[in-house]
Amino acid sequence: MKSWIAFWNILKKDVKNYYLKPPNISWGIIFPLSWTLMQLIRSPGGNISELLPGLISMSVLFGTTSMLAVTITFERSGRSFERLLLAPIGLSVMVLAKITGTIIFGIFNAFVPVVFASFFIDLSAVKWGLLLPAVLMIAITSSLTGLLIAVSAKQVFEAQTFSNFFRFPMLFLCGLFIPISNLPVFLRPVSYCLPLTYGADILRGTISGANTLSPILSFGVLSVFAAGLFLICRYNINRKWIL
Amino acid sequence: MGMVSVKNLKKDYGNFTAVDDISFEINKGEIFGFLGPNGAGKTSTINMIIGLSRPTAGEIAVDGIDVKSQTKKAQAIMGIVPDESNLYNEMDGFENLCFSASLYGMRKEEREPRARQLLKQFRLNDAGKRPFKAYSKGMRRKLTIAAALIHSPRVLFLDEPTTGIDVESSRQIREMIVELKKQGTTIFLTTHYIEEAERICDRIAFIAKGQIVASGTLPQLMESVTHDYAIRFVTDKNSESFSIELQSRFKTSEVTAQSDNSLIMSSEQRIPLFPVMEFFHKKEIEVYEARELRPSLEDVFVKLTGIESSALKKDKEKGGFR
Repeated sequence: MKSWIAFWNILKKDVKNYYLKPPNISWGIIFPLSWTLMQLIRSPGGNISELLPGLISMSVLFGTTSMLAVTITFERSGRSFERLLLAPIGLSVMVLAKITGTIIFGIFNAFVPVVFASFFIDLSAVKWGLLLPAVLMIAITSSLTGLLIAVSAKQVFEAQTFSNFFRFPMLFLCGLFIPISNLPVFLRPVSYCLPLTYGADILRGTISGANTLSPILSFGVLSVFAAGLFLICRYNINRKWIL
Repeated sequence: MGMVSVKNLKKDYGNFTAVDDISFEINKGEIFGFLGPNGAGKTSTINMIIGLSRPTAGEIAVDGIDVKSQTKKAQAIMGIVPDESNLYNEMDGFENLCFSASLYGMRKEEREPRARQLLKQFRLNDAGKRPFKAYSKGMRRKLTIAAALIHSPRVLFLDEPTTGIDVESSRQIREMIVELKKQGTTIFLTTHYIEEAERICDRIAFIAKGQIVASGTLPQLMESVTHDYAIRFVTDKNSESFSIELQSRFKTSEVTAQSDNSLIMSSEQRIPLFPVMEFFHKKEIEVYEARELRPSLEDVFVKLTGIESSALKKDKEKGGFR
């Protein structure tokens, strides 16, 4: 019960202090909208159903990784993060509370292009029962990637730089822009080491039925990624922040 | 066993030893002062005790709880005030206190009245609804201490609580520390203000280069450096004119003439006043003042550590100490 009180209040504080701030709300809306418009202008006759998985993935990835990395680095530089480390709550509870806010923010970002697309195409064929868990899994793995970056960064600008170092290669190698089969042979194994590859594949399947992997396999791999990243983050926090 | 027990504690950062085999105990309801210059190992020690840093070697127990193996259990009974006020700038005073309480699992119906009580106690009622970033340094410090007390800890760790704040806030904080002691809270205080330690601490430890140079009560520390007795006389005549004669009359004492019509007599034994006064009377020298000289804690610190006390303040003002 005590851990739950701490969890809920850390989450509430983060949502109020960071995610509900006007610059972040506008980032959450404007960024996915810009991506959507850019894609539509680039290929006016393009099939929005084909673009949507990429837009959803990008919105979640950019929203989550930067937010968590920047907010944690910001709290660490002001030393308010020490309050969480010194609280009598488990490290896992604290990590979960910190990433839950980002996951919610990421899911919110994901649905901006979906809402936008609903004005142009009929989304009744979308398998929502699979799309929602896929968005959740992408948000979880991206948030944990953000946390992994936060553990390594000392300054906010470092966190932003590291975030880009992870995000852009991931975007181009996950099969969203270039099918994995068209990538150079030596890059294909790298693609299959990225969580976004599996998330994007599920999204393609739920929206246009163009998935290349079994959704069960993709969810399984994403769950392994989530668990692995969680354990690595927990280990790194323990090792690097409790000196 | 004391409320806080530290045995053979050591902390290495690579080849550098920040804390070198220190041991001490803090009794229940005691104010224990930890004095030392920048880089002496004060914050490294406090960080290991509160569980923010891992010891290279040694044992730490707080109220019998082993901090290394049961860190979270130990943290539940600790209140921690770091050397920088580290509450959330975006939140107001009341929200900050309630959030701190929630980290200790306090329910809304417990934490809100407690937060109001602490705001009142720290005379921050009017500032309770203002964001933390709008607080003065003194107010920030007081709210940080209030946040550390929200869950009524058994042991309070205060790292430089009065550094860089106004005189009135410092006085209030010192009064509050003494009040907490009366209520039975054990207090571990690091400070670079020697007078502050002298005024409120029951026992004091001097730390330099990672080692405890001396520790004890104020009289014990004084006793450790001096066994001499000294009296300063202020007269109406130039003391240089009669100091040699005085020295020859009182051979067991050392007489040192001062430039301002005063002289200091020191001896390993107590100095009987009547014969000295008789000497002055015969010489028709008026004595305006005769005062026993006692070493200050500052003198003891300088003698034991070999560090000028002014260095403590200068180091802190540079902002180099964390």
